[in-house]
Amino acid sequence: MRRFLRPGHDPVRERLKRDLFQFNKTVEHGFPHQPSALGYSPFLRLMAIGTRSGAIKLYGAPGVEFMGLHEENNTVMQIHFIPDQCQLVTLLDDNSLHLWSLRQHGGASELREEHHFTLKGPPGSPPSATQVTAVLPHSSREVLYLGTESGNIFVVELPSLRVLEDRTISPEAVLQRIPEDNCNRRSCELVEALQEHPKNPDQILIGYSRGLIVLWDLQNNKATQHFLGSQQLENLYWQRDGSKFISCHYDGSYTQWPVSSDNRQSEPLENTVPYGPFPCKAISKIYWQTTKNGLPYIIFQGGMPRASYGDRHSISVIHGSQQTAFDFTSRVIDFFIIFSSDPAAEFDDPSALVALAEEELVVIDLKSAGWPAVHPPYLASLHCSAITCSHHVSNIPLKLWERIISAGSKQNIHYSSMPWPIDGGTNIAPDPPQRDLLLTGHEDGTVRFWDASGVCLHLLYKLSTVRVFLTDADPNDNMNTLGEDEWPPLRKVGTFDPYSDDPRLGIQKIYLCKYSGYLAVAGTAGQVLVMELNDEDAEHVVDHAEADLLQDQEGYRWKGHEKLKTRDGPVRFEAGFQPFVLVQCQPPAVVTSLALHSEWKLVAFGTSHGFGLFDHQQKRLVFVKCTLHPSDQLALEGPLSRVKSLKKSLRQSFRRIRRSRVSSRKRRGAAGNASEVQEANAKFDQDALQEMELAPVQRKIEARSAEDSFTGFVRTLYFADTFLRDSSRHCPSLWAGTNGGTVYAFCLRVPPAERRMDEPVRAEQAKEIQLMHRAPVVGILVLDGRSTPLPEPLEVAHDLSKSPDMQGSHQLLVVSEEQFKVFTLPKVSSKLKLKLTALEGCRVRKVTVANFGSCKTDDYSENDLAVLTNLGDIQIISLPFLKLQIRYPCIRKEDVSGIASCVFTKYGQGFYLISPSEFERFSLSTKWLVEPRCIVDMPEVTSNNHVHSKSGTENAARKSSSDDFGEDERKSGRLMEHALLNDEKVLKEIQSTLEGGR
Amino acid sequence: EFRRFSLERSKPGKFEEFYGLLQHVHKIPNVDVLVGYTDIHGDLLPINNDDNYHKAVSTANPLLRIFIQRKEDADYSAFGTDTMTRKKNVLSNVLRPDNHKKKPHIVISMPQDFRPVSSIIDVDILPETHRRVRLYKYGTDKPLGFYIRDGSSVRVTPHGLEKVPGIFISRLVPGGLAQSTGLLAVNDEVLEVNGIEVSGKSLDQVTDMMIANSRNLIITVRPANQRNNVVRNSRTSGSSGQSTESSLPSSTPNILGSVLQGEEESDDEDIIIEDSGEPQQIPKAAPTSESIESLSQIELLHESTQNGFLPSSEMNLNHSAGSISMEYEVPEQGQKSLEEDGTIITL
Repeated sequence: MRRFLRPGHDPVRERLKRDLFQFNKTVEHGFPHQPSALGYSPFLRLMAIGTRSGAIKLYGAPGVEFMGLHEENNTVMQIHFIPDQCQLVTLLDDNSLHLWSLRQHGGASELREEHHFTLKGPPGSPPSATQVTAVLPHSSREVLYLGTESGNIFVVELPSLRVLEDRTISPEAVLQRIPEDNCNRRSCELVEALQEHPKNPDQILIGYSRGLIVLWDLQNNKATQHFLGSQQLENLYWQRDGSKFISCHYDGSYTQWPVSSDNRQSEPLENTVPYGPFPCKAISKIYWQTTKNGLPYIIFQGGMPRASYGDRHSISVIHGSQQTAFDFTSRVIDFFIIFSSDPAAEFDDPSALVALAEEELVVIDLKSAGWPAVHPPYLASLHCSAITCSHHVSNIPLKLWERIISAGSKQNIHYSSMPWPIDGGTNIAPDPPQRDLLLTGHEDGTVRFWDASGVCLHLLYKLSTVRVFLTDADPNDNMNTLGEDEWPPLRKVGTFDPYSDDPRLGIQKIYLCKYSGYLAVAGTAGQVLVMELNDEDAEHVVDHAEADLLQDQEGYRWKGHEKLKTRDGPVRFEAGFQPFVLVQCQPPAVVTSLALHSEWKLVAFGTSHGFGLFDHQQKRLVFVKCTLHPSDQLALEGPLSRVKSLKKSLRQSFRRIRRSRVSSRKRRGAAGNASEVQEANAKFDQDALQEMELAPVQRKIEARSAEDSFTGFVRTLYFADTFLRDSSRHCPSLWAGTNGGTVYAFCLRVPPAERRMDEPVRAEQAKEIQLMHRAPVVGILVLDGRSTPLPEPLEVAHDLSKSPDMQGSHQLLVVSEEQFKVFTLPKVSSKLKLKLTALEGCRVRKVTVANFGSCKTDDYSENDLAVLTNLGDIQIISLPFLKLQIRYPCIRKEDVSGIASCVFTKYGQGFYLISPSEFERFSLSTKWLVEPRCIVDMPEVTSNNHVHSKSGTENAARKSSSDDFGEDERKSGRLMEHALLNDEKVLKEIQSTLEGGR
Repeated sequence: EFRRFSLERSKPGKFEEFYGLLQHVHKIPNVDVLVGYTDIHGDLLPINNDDNYHKAVSTANPLLRIFIQRKEDADYSAFGTDTMTRKKNVLSNVLRPDNHKKKPHIVISMPQDFRPVSSIIDVDILPETHRRVRLYKYGTDKPLGFYIRDGSSVRVTPHGLEKVPGIFISRLVPGGLAQSTGLLAVNDEVLEVNGIEVSGKSLDQVTDMMIANSRNLIITVRPANQRNNVVRNSRTSGSSGQSTESSLPSSTPNILGSVLQGEEESDDEDIIIEDSGEPQQIPKAAPTSESIESLSQIELLHESTQNGFLPSSEMNLNHSAGSISMEYEVPEQGQKSLEEDGTIITL
C-alpha cells in the first residue's frame, strides 16, 4: 500500500482474475426500438424484424433468437425469406439488398451476412429507375424478382446477387399485348406488388401502382392476362388454388379478380369498400384465406373511414358475419398470417394473425372463439408505460416464484391458451442456473415482474399501485366502452399505453425481500407502500401515515406537486402483492432512496428533504431526520421534479411529433425524404459544430461547498447489524448518505420478537460523518470480521448464507461519487481509500456488491464491487482492499439514460436500457452467463425445377400425424441429424450426391 | 470604478500629495487605501513612499496604472493585519527570482500572518517550459476561480509536428485564487492534474478530476507566456518542492516528481465524526497497521443538531521565507485584477 508500490502484477492473482471476470453483452431483451420491417418464413417458422437502425432480429421458439446488424445502419425496408432456405434478403432504404443466412458453427446456428448488392441502372438513368419497390423471391430459389419505380422488373440470381440482364421484364414488353386504348407507358410506372402463382411457378402477377395488374408468363416472356383496376393499387394476394386473386387499393377498397386462360382481359368479380360509403383510407395489405367450412378469412390493414377513424391503426379480420377491427395504439408496421404451409393442403386454415406495430408485437388466435390475443413469450414491450426504475433480485426461492406466477396467471385469463405459433429452431442453451426476477417500475404507477432467468424476458405479473389512490381517471372508465352496434367494430389490442394519468403515481424505488415476500415501492409524490403477497383476492383498509420531513424547519414553502389523495375505506385488491401500509412524505417530493428490513419489519425512505423510519409491524413512524441545508431554497421549492417533468414532457412531445411525421410519410417516399432530412440534419450539425468552435465550451473549476443545492438529498439508505457504539455489543442500525457527502448513522432498538408488538422501536443518532470532498454518497456497506459484506435480512435465517462474523472488527465502506473509503467501526477512523475521480476523472454512477465464482473450480468465489461510472465504463474493485481489478467499456458515455438505467445483479450480470423498450443484458462473470444458443436446421433440399413436388408430399405425410407428436418427432429427428452431421458442408455434399443420384 | 487623470511627469511631487490627490479624485477623503501600480513586467508593486512613487512615475509609458483598495476590505479578519504597518503589495515577483529590486520593500511580518495560497513545485524535474502549480484551497473562502476549455496544441511526435487536442485555461475569475496567484493565465495548456496526465481525457473528465482534487490542486501547465519561466539556478535547483509544507498540520508527503497520486495527499481527507447526542471529540484516527499512509483528520467539536460542518479556516502555517518557489498572499484579500478594474491614470 505504499505509494511507491505500483499496483502489483501478481501472476497468481492475474490468472485468478481471468477465471473470475469476463465481459460479454449477451442478449437484448424487450421490443426492438423503431421496427421498420417484418418477415416470416412458414418453412423455418421463424419471424424476422428489421429496425430503422439497420438491425435484424430473428425469433422462433422461445429462446431461439438471432441478431444481425447492417453495417450501414440504414433503415430496413423489407425482409423476405428465400423459400425453403435458411436464407433471407433485406432491402434497406439506401436501395441495397443484403443476403443473410443461418449457418451452423460450433454446434449452434449463427446469422451472417453473405453478400450485399445495389441495383445499378444504365449510366445516366435517374435513381428512380433502379429504386426497388417490390421483392419476390422465386420458389425456385434461384432468382429474385425486383420491381422498381421505373416499372422495370429486374431478375437477380441467387445467391450471387448478379443481375440477369436478358431476363428483365420491361414495361414495353408488358404493354405489347395490352390494347393501347386502356393503357399507356404511364400505367406501368412503379411496380407495387409481385406475387408468384401458388400452383404454377412460371407465372407471376405484377401489380403496377396505377392499377394495372398483369399475369406474366416467365417461360414465354409474355403477359397472358391483364386486369384493369381503376384505383391506385396497394397490394395483391393470391387465393390458394390460383383461380382468383385479390387486390387492395388506396381508396380503401378491395377487388377480387378471376384468373382463367380464356380471357385476355378480366372484369372484377367483386369490388368492396368494407368501411364505406364515406371516403376511406388505403388498404395497404390484404390476405384471403380459405377454410374448410367455405367461409374465407379476409384480413387487411387499414381501410378505416378517413374522417372519423382516419387516425386509427387497424387490422380488420372478416370471417363470414364476424368482423373485428383490431385497434392498435401505435402504427402498424406490417403483419402476416400463420396458416397451413403444407402446399398439398386444400385450405389455408389460418391459425394466427401476427401484427408488428411500432411499439409492440400482437398475436391474435384466429382459431378460438372471440379471437383472443396470445401472450408472447418474448418481445415484451417493456415501455408500455415508461420505465422509471428497475430492481433485480437473484435466486428467488421456488415458493415465492410459484406464488408470483400464480398471481400473474390470474391476470392473464383473457389470453388465448394457444401455444406460441412461431416455434422454429431449437433452443439448446442450458437451463438457467437460477430463478431471477427483474422488477421494473413505471410511470403509470405499476410494477412489472419479469422472469429474467433466461434469454426470454417474460412478464410474470403486473402490480398496480393506482388503486390505493384517488386519481382523476377512474380505472373502470375504460372498461366495456365497446357497444354492440359499434361501427367500425374496433377492438383495442396490445398493452402499449404511453400516457400516464398522473405522473405522481410513477414508481421511483423498489425493494423486494425474496424470503418474506415483503415488497416496498416508493413513488414520485413521496408515497411509500409496503405490501405482502396474498394468494387470494382481498378487501382491506390500507393503513395510512404521514412523515413530515421538515419537522423543525419553518417558513418553507413547497411549490412542487401536491401529495396523492388516498381512497377512504377498504379497497379491493386482486391476488398478488397487496399494500397494507402507506407512508406519505411531506413535502411530497420524489422518494430518492428506500430500504426495507423484513426481519425487523422496518422500512426507511428518503427524499431531498430528509429521511424517515417506519415500523410496519406496529404501523408507527419511528423517527424522521431533516437533512436539508437551511439555505437550500431550491430543494424546498421542489423544482427538481418540475424541471425534470418539464424536460420530459418536452422530449415526449417532440418524439410524438417526429413519430407522427414518420408515420404520415408514404412508404416509398421515405427514401427520398429521408435523404433530404439527413442532409438537412448534417447541415444543421455542421452549423452547430461551427458555432461551438466559435464559443468553446467552458467548465468552471470550483470546489463543492456546504451551501450547494440539494446537499440534503438522501441518496442511499442501509440497514446493518453492527458495532455502532462499542466493540462489545452490536445493534441494529440505519445508515443514510446524502448528496452533500454526509453519512448519518442511527442506532436502533428493536424489541425481541415476543414483545415486538408491545414495545416501540427506538432510534438514536449515533454518528455523523462528513466527507470533506462533499461528493454525493451513493453506497454504504458494512463488512464483517472476515471482510465479507453483511448478509441480507433473513438470508441467514433461511440458511442461505453463513452468519456474519461478529468476532472480528467490522468495517464501514462508504462509496461516494468520487471515492471509496473504508472506515473502522465502532470508532470511525479512516483506513483505506480509492480516489477514483482524482485518478481517472470518472464518477461512480452505480455500485453493487457482486459475487464472482471461478469458472475453473466450484469452491472459489469472492465478493467484489461492480461499479458503473459516468463514462459508461464498468470497473470491478476488490473488497476489502479497494484495488481496481479490471475495467470494461460498456455504455457510450453520451448515453445518459442508459447509464442511469443500469442495474447489477448479485452474481455479476447487469441490465441497462439501450432504448425505451429494450434492455441489454451483460455479464461480468465467467460463471454466470445467459445468452441465446440455438439451432435452426437446414431444410431438406427439393428439386429445383418444380416446387414442392416431393417435399410437399413428405411434409403432408408428416403433418398428417398428430400435431404435437409430429412436432416432437421433427425436433428429435433434427437433433439426431445434427448430432451425426455436425458439419454443414458434409451435409451439403451428401445432399448433392443424393440429388445427383435421383 | 475607473478614474483617469494626468500628472506632470517631470514634477511628480511627494507621495503624500499624490495620496491626497487620489483621495480627492475618488472622493474618498477619509478612507485609508492601499495604492499599487503595475510595472513594465506586469507586476503589481506598492506605492507607499516617495521613492517608489517616483519610480512608478518614471516608468509610466505613458500610462501608469494605479490600483487602490480600501484598507478595511483588505483586512482579512483571520490574519493579524494589525501587524501590517505598511501598505504594500506583492504579486508575481516570485516568477522572476532574479528580480530582487523590489524585495526590500516587502516587509515580512510575523509568520503566522501568512499562509500559502500557491506554490511552484518540482522546478528541478520539469522541463523549463512547464510549470507545476499547487493551489491551496482550504482555509479560504476564496473560490478557485478559473475555467477550462477544449483546444488544440501542437506536439512534436515521431511523425513530425502534430495537432493534438488539449485542455486550456479559458478564464480566470477576478479575485479568485487562481488569478490572485498570478501563476496561471488564460490559454495556459493544462498537462497534468495532481500527477495524472490529461491527454486523452475529455473536458468533463478533467473538470471532475480538478474538482475532486480541489482541496489540494496541483496543475502542471505549459504557460502560454513562456517569458516568465523559472530560470534554473543554484538556488532553485537545490530545493525541489517547497520546504514549508512540513508545517502543514495534515500533510505528510510532498509531491515528488511524477510519483504522486493515490495514496499521498491526505490533506483533503478530513473526516469529521460526530457521536451521538452529547458533543464529544472523537480522537484522531490512528493509522492502523494495514494502512501505512498517514491519514489525518481534523476533528472538531460540534453540536449534533448541526448538519453541516465547516472546515477549519484557522490553519495558519509557518512560513519559511527561504523558499523562492513559494508564494504568499498578504491579507489584502480583495486584490483587484490587473487588467479589469484598476484605476488608470494618465500622465
